[in-house]
Amino acid sequence: MFNTKLIRAIAAISVSLLVAAGAARANDEVVVYSARNEQLIKPLFDAYTKETGVQIKFITDKEGPLMQRLKVEGANTPADLLLTVDAGNLWQAAQEGLLKPVQSKILGGNIPGYLRDPGNQWFGLSVRARTMVYNTQKLKPKDMTSYEDMASPKWKGRLCLRTSKKVYNQSLVAMMIAEHGEAKTEQIVRGWVANLATDVFPDDTKMMEAIAAGQCDVGIVNTYYFGRLIEKNPKLPLALFWANQSANGVHVNVSGAGVTKHAKHEQAAVKLLEWLSSKNAQNLFADVNLEYPANPLVKPDPVVAAWGSFKQNPINVTKAGELQAAAVKLMDRAGYK
Amino acid sequence: MTLPATSLTTEAPRGAFAFLRPGTWGFWRLAALSIALFTLAPVIVVFTYLGAPDTDVWTHLKQTVLLEYITHTLLLALGVAAGTAFIGVSLAWLTAVCDFPGRRFFSWSLMLPLALPAYVTGFVMIGVFDYTGPVQTGLREAFGPIWFPPIRSGAGVAFAMTLALYPYVYLLTRNAFLTQGRRALEAAQSLGLNRRQGFYRVALPLARPWIAGGVALVIMETLADFGTVAVFNYDTFTTGIYKAWFSLFSLPAAAQLASLLIVGVFVLLVFEQYSRNRMRYTPTGRASGHARITLHGKTKWLAAAWCALILLLAFALPVGMLVRWAWNVWAQDLDARYFSYAYHSLLLGALSALLCVWVATWLAYAARQHRDAAMKLTTRLATLGYAVPGAVLAIGSFSLIAWFDNSYIALMQSTGVHAEQILQGTLVAMLAAYLARFLAVAHQPVEAAMQRITQSQDDAARSLGLTTRQVLTRIHLPALRGGLLTAALLVFVDVMKEMPITLMTRPFGWDTLATRIFEMTSEGEWERAALPAAALVVAGLIPVVMLVRHSEKN
Repeated sequence: MFNTKLIRAIAAISVSLLVAAGAARANDEVVVYSARNEQLIKPLFDAYTKETGVQIKFITDKEGPLMQRLKVEGANTPADLLLTVDAGNLWQAAQEGLLKPVQSKILGGNIPGYLRDPGNQWFGLSVRARTMVYNTQKLKPKDMTSYEDMASPKWKGRLCLRTSKKVYNQSLVAMMIAEHGEAKTEQIVRGWVANLATDVFPDDTKMMEAIAAGQCDVGIVNTYYFGRLIEKNPKLPLALFWANQSANGVHVNVSGAGVTKHAKHEQAAVKLLEWLSSKNAQNLFADVNLEYPANPLVKPDPVVAAWGSFKQNPINVTKAGELQAAAVKLMDRAGYK
Repeated sequence: MTLPATSLTTEAPRGAFAFLRPGTWGFWRLAALSIALFTLAPVIVVFTYLGAPDTDVWTHLKQTVLLEYITHTLLLALGVAAGTAFIGVSLAWLTAVCDFPGRRFFSWSLMLPLALPAYVTGFVMIGVFDYTGPVQTGLREAFGPIWFPPIRSGAGVAFAMTLALYPYVYLLTRNAFLTQGRRALEAAQSLGLNRRQGFYRVALPLARPWIAGGVALVIMETLADFGTVAVFNYDTFTTGIYKAWFSLFSLPAAAQLASLLIVGVFVLLVFEQYSRNRMRYTPTGRASGHARITLHGKTKWLAAAWCALILLLAFALPVGMLVRWAWNVWAQDLDARYFSYAYHSLLLGALSALLCVWVATWLAYAARQHRDAAMKLTTRLATLGYAVPGAVLAIGSFSLIAWFDNSYIALMQSTGVHAEQILQGTLVAMLAAYLARFLAVAHQPVEAAMQRITQSQDDAARSLGLTTRQVLTRIHLPALRGGLLTAALLVFVDVMKEMPITLMTRPFGWDTLATRIFEMTSEGEWERAALPAAALVVAGLIPVVMLVRHSEKN
């Protein structure tokens, strides 16, 4: 009898200790898996810790391995938050059941509907615009209109593109499929390939350098790469052109985050997510990489604002995920490498 | 390099475990088999993802890009193998056997490109030789529009990878020439062959296990490469695996492709093994007493110029660019944290080098005890991990680590105790994953060096009463020093450059120089990546210098 009581007492004490330990951790710590680089997130996390006292542990890797990691860790994952770039990746994470829905009035108010998951499993935190960049010595803004127009024969030998293996282009084509259907999109992509001045480039920066050097006239870039290059070398004859302004608007994508399905510090993770969408954090989040804040009430960095305002394509970015595989296959068929 | 438990042998277990006793047939087989099982486990995990084949993705790839991936892969592997063999063997011969101006300097400095990750060399080559680079820009300014061979092409990527990977062949072959080259040549000359005939008909065939070993490493590295081909946007089999896995999110299709690749590599390795099966490579005496061939006149300057050209392209040019870029950012990025990055890189490199060389020695020695097909198969299987694309192996390794931790947690919880991961994020887990990947790198030089020890030496030692293990520690290890050091250097530097496994298995907040390069390059900030890359080169100098100091003594 005595033994049973003793065992029960010990069990009760240890359980309460464990719960206490668990609770203590829940308030103090958030664990983040991030595909956004360390130098882009660390300043934010430091600011958050300073403001709230909550410690943030994080690990960076590419999004594919991070998702695979969450999958194999299953219920025991230490991760509370998955932070990654591109709606295609976020959609995939939700699709594979790695995230859980978050009901938050703050997030709902701060982040516009087309920049988050309709099921509230993830939220865009910064906006990345993928638009046209051109050589100012060769073209005037009136020469260009839209992504679709880049397929017309008048651009033969004048177009530069980045590889189709980059998710940014996969998302762009996926959104075009959402708008035009597969058959028409494939026609457009084939037109692009036929107009290429040279083999596609491994990254946006190399492609812009080629445009500046006159190897081609025009290309498609994420604006922050343009900002970075111009900051370093202001004399390059390059400028941005806002595509599809008389149609549906510039293709935008997000970097964003979602709470993991098996988060151990769910409350704290939601709080961090809410803070990231708030006014103060939004500038820190977006400006450090010359991106656009996802919260429409927050003004972008002055450098970014100087590029002018533009109409964003309002189709929900979720489509980029749903149609990503179709886009990849389409580009393979069209010979876009 | 010491092996534990050398005296254990005399009190070896008897009775039920008698087969475990060294010297009986079971022990060495069992040792090799367990090494193979251990290192093969992450690859096996990838095979289990095969599940039901994804016919949809598979058909799509087959109809569109697969054929190109296969031809590209074969062409690239062939080109890089031929290029590295030519450069590696010629440089090894010149620096190990001949004498010409600058030989001492070149003999160690030609190892330096080892410290440069291949994708960095590739990126620099594009930066220099592409349309927007200084070479073409200068030519255009001087002569107007001109045709220039495109660097972003199959030939370009083969060129860059050859420059980055030739040190594998150079190091191994140099070791062979140092230990027998001059002596072999002398023997050939005494038989009436001239120097050229002596090289082609005696020295080269004698060095074959080393050359083949180096080229095998180069081919495996080429097949597993993703970073370099991505920089050139040259689509290979690995591109297909990444596309299936991370763009089409089809694990089965990725596993299908990966297993095809692994089977291909395996066939290649078995074929190479088979083709040199009937040969025995035994030493031709010590080389130290023999004079180098002194080159004269035009030849000596040609030799120096060839060494200088390779050193310039493979090392001075890339490092010069890195330094220039790093110069722009060091004030902003360089801080005290770099000490810890460098420390972590060196720690991982050194520990993995010890571990891999230790295991490789056991494996090679085990294979020596039983020269039969089963044992050779086991050895080949144990070293397959090097040919698997890094990210695939990283995920395989991590799946095992997570599986272990999950089982442990479930076990503890079934007894009512709260538990957390014990393996994940530990050095043990990291080292185990590195072993699975880099055992091949240690095994090639050790195995090749061990061929230099004759069976009769073993037999003589045994007849004097030494146990099998004593033969290893007293006869083999001293004779193997050159091979062991080469193996350690290769693993050391390879681990420091490694990215996917390090990223996936490192503890929270634990960064290395390689993960710093990843942070910068993942958003295309190549200039800022130059700083950790340059630091990696500096750290890589440490093991190179250690090896040089040793080999200069010979």
